[in-house]
Amino acid sequence: MAEDREPPPLADAVQTDFREVEEGEDLFVSTVSTLSPTSPEPASFPAEDISTNSNGPKQEILLDDDQEDLFAEATEEVSLDSPEREPILSDGPSPAITPVTPTVIITPRVDALFDRSLDESFLNYSGFLFLSSSAYRGAAITSLSLFSRNEFSVKRRFSDFLGLHSKLASKYMHIGYIVPPAPEKSIVGMTKVKVGKEDLSSAEFVEKRRSALERYLMRTVNHPALVKDPDVIQFLENTELPRAVSTQALSGAGILRMVNKAADAVNKMTIKMNESDAWFEEKQQQFENLDIQLRKLHASVESLVCHRKELSVNTASFAKSAAMLGNSEDHTALSRALSQLAEVEEKIDQLHHEQAYADFYLFSELLGDYVRLITAVKGVFDQRMKTWSKWQDAQVMLQRKREAEAKLQYANKPDKLQQAKDEIKEWEAKVQQGERDFEQISKNIRREVERFEKQRVKDFKVVIIKYLESLVHTQQQLIKYWEAFLPEAKAIA
Amino acid sequence: MIKLIVQLSSPSLLRSVSVDLNNDSSLLIDIPDALCERDKVKFTVHTKTTLNSFQKPDFSVSRQHEDFIWLHDTLVETEEYAGLIIPPAPPKPDFESPREKMHKLGEGEATMTKEEYTKMKQELEAEYLAVFKKTVQVHEIFLQRLSSHPNLSKDRNFQIFLEYDQDLSVRRKNAKEMFGGFFKNMVKSADEVLISGIKDVDEFFEQEKTFLLDYFSKIKDSTAKAEKMTRSHKNVADDYIHISATLNSIAADDNTALKQHLEKFAELLEKLRKVEGRVASDQELKLTELLRYYMRDIQAAKDLLYRRARALADYENSNKALDKARLKSKDVAQAEENQKQCLLKFDKLSESGKKELTSFKGRRVVAFRKNLIEMAELEIKHAKQCVILHSTCIDLMDSSFIFAVVQVRGRR
Repeated sequence: MAEDREPPPLADAVQTDFREVEEGEDLFVSTVSTLSPTSPEPASFPAEDISTNSNGPKQEILLDDDQEDLFAEATEEVSLDSPEREPILSDGPSPAITPVTPTVIITPRVDALFDRSLDESFLNYSGFLFLSSSAYRGAAITSLSLFSRNEFSVKRRFSDFLGLHSKLASKYMHIGYIVPPAPEKSIVGMTKVKVGKEDLSSAEFVEKRRSALERYLMRTVNHPALVKDPDVIQFLENTELPRAVSTQALSGAGILRMVNKAADAVNKMTIKMNESDAWFEEKQQQFENLDIQLRKLHASVESLVCHRKELSVNTASFAKSAAMLGNSEDHTALSRALSQLAEVEEKIDQLHHEQAYADFYLFSELLGDYVRLITAVKGVFDQRMKTWSKWQDAQVMLQRKREAEAKLQYANKPDKLQQAKDEIKEWEAKVQQGERDFEQISKNIRREVERFEKQRVKDFKVVIIKYLESLVHTQQQLIKYWEAFLPEAKAIA
Repeated sequence: MIKLIVQLSSPSLLRSVSVDLNNDSSLLIDIPDALCERDKVKFTVHTKTTLNSFQKPDFSVSRQHEDFIWLHDTLVETEEYAGLIIPPAPPKPDFESPREKMHKLGEGEATMTKEEYTKMKQELEAEYLAVFKKTVQVHEIFLQRLSSHPNLSKDRNFQIFLEYDQDLSVRRKNAKEMFGGFFKNMVKSADEVLISGIKDVDEFFEQEKTFLLDYFSKIKDSTAKAEKMTRSHKNVADDYIHISATLNSIAADDNTALKQHLEKFAELLEKLRKVEGRVASDQELKLTELLRYYMRDIQAAKDLLYRRARALADYENSNKALDKARLKSKDVAQAEENQKQCLLKFDKLSESGKKELTSFKGRRVVAFRKNLIEMAELEIKHAKQCVILHSTCIDLMDSSFIFAVVQVRGRR
């Protein structure tokens, strides 16, 4: 870490340094790399180097094309709107920070490595992040200044990713930011890996998880506010990270989470909001429908993946059988043709296998991601409802306090009266704050949804094209194989 | 004898699997239509003949699957034909698979859109029809092979089958009583007899025995695997239906720039699934059915070998009996006569058997060649069609899309 700059402010000051490695935990290596055109020395982000781009035109974040990179064409605007950056810490007016729009090139890449150096087997995930920041205002505590090096990698556990998500969710969801959801835990998958089976299915599981984590990181750093969050920086930079114990399913925190979820569900049913804004009503309905449809589509695509894998297996098994039949055949030319047929079918089974791979990683995983994302979007709408409810409650309380004060006026009890007046002032402030919060979250949600929709359109477009290309490629290969076989069949005399 | 393979106008190409019709049009048989009632299929067997042995030159009868089986079994158990490969009996009409799928579809109706349900239903109806057509043709081929065989075409029972204008079930019952499945029981252990039998003096038959035994087990395995492969293909095609339908639903609600792409994609998948379905059914006809037919034919050839082996055993037994009779000086003449008959029978079987097996091999090679060529050609045709469909789809998507494609390609 660089010494010639301020240490990053940490959202939570509590750090207990421990690094117990226990069974079933994955280690992830996240590599962050920053390429800074304006600061050739990686370690120096001089405070006075200010670009002229403050409030200027939108900059683009270009992403390096990686094999699994689905966001090659994503462009995003990064804006340092500080008032929203540290919401928890300030109840009052936000710090005076001038927003700037720097250029950032971010490319996370997550690799998974087995590490058998200890008794148990671990999954190390190493992440690479290319980050370039050219302009910022140094006076402010901007996140980008905290990236001291261009390229670095860290080891992270799976639970660290979950921990990161949980922190971000608790910080940002209640003000209306759509926080990308982290991949889900999988007991079955992890158990297989733990047991040490290095067979096909556990290798597939590792790859699936690695890819999911990479996409998760990508989405997180693409979010203009989240990328500046100190927890995110810390996650990407710190060599050691405090263990995120509260992500374990059956921990105290886990149970608390479940209880909260249940409470939220109940609340959702009881809060009847007077929706004055047609936009929200429309959007909410839209996302409900999209949720149902995407889930259905996801299920159908998963079925396709399954059937195509079956097709691949069955084709391979037929190929073997045809080869045996060819051996058994006593007519020479026919025997040769049957052997050729077996070879063609074997190649075709490979094709099907690859196509199933594309079906899954391009199509199915995208749909799965979006099903989870839409749950996050719906969550944000719910938060708005909660904020509204809180505001309404404050109004009700204010009314009550006013009534109490009026009563006291009659009863003529001066000391209690003063207290009542104080309470009224307090609740008036709360009502104001409630209204402000509600307006803020509504504004945030509008912006977030717009960004989300743009991203969604982009993601789907790219994936559809890529998927179509994979299908075309398969068919072209089929033509090649069968055209090679045809003369063999004709040669049977 | 000129071998002609006649393609009839009906779309199914199963006929090409095996039939050689000789030039002789004195006896022409076809099954122009059939009726399906619940589980029973009633075939209309139509005969056109110039032979005097028949009462009319042109006539039709209604037959059930069991009647075909009766005919086959009677032929098998006729001593005179022991040296011939009796064409394999057609398999029982099996509508189990489409019926089960139809049932499942009915159960899942609630979860599908109307459009999806209609498409699935259409697919199933097509499948049902395909099974129906297949069974008609398999029965037809059986009869046509009989009519083109110099010996079998003259069989009395065959004539009864074609001509008798009443229900055959009475006859069937009589036959069962007479033979009582006696021969069938013996045939069950035919393989054992063949395998454990003494090595054949005749090189030709020894080779054929080894070959046919081995080939049979391999082709049986290949048939099963080909069937599984075809079924997986059909499943993939069906999945495309669901995906296409859901994409359409999403596109309908979508009012972003994505709408058009979703619609085009859905449309493409709908077209693709039809092509995939055809690939699956072509593969089934050209490959799976080919293998299945010859598997049964090889079983029939094995049966011939078995009968010959039994005749050999009979001859050897008659030799032993003759020796015994000579020792005892009792019934020698009778034993001699018996021995002579056995030898005659065995020789006749061997001679005709050799002819049949040789022509069988030729027939098999020709059929395989034809079907493999046709299958490869069809696969190429379908794949080319797919490529065109894909390219058209990609082109139809708007230009900003193509921009994205170029970008993606450029970065590879």
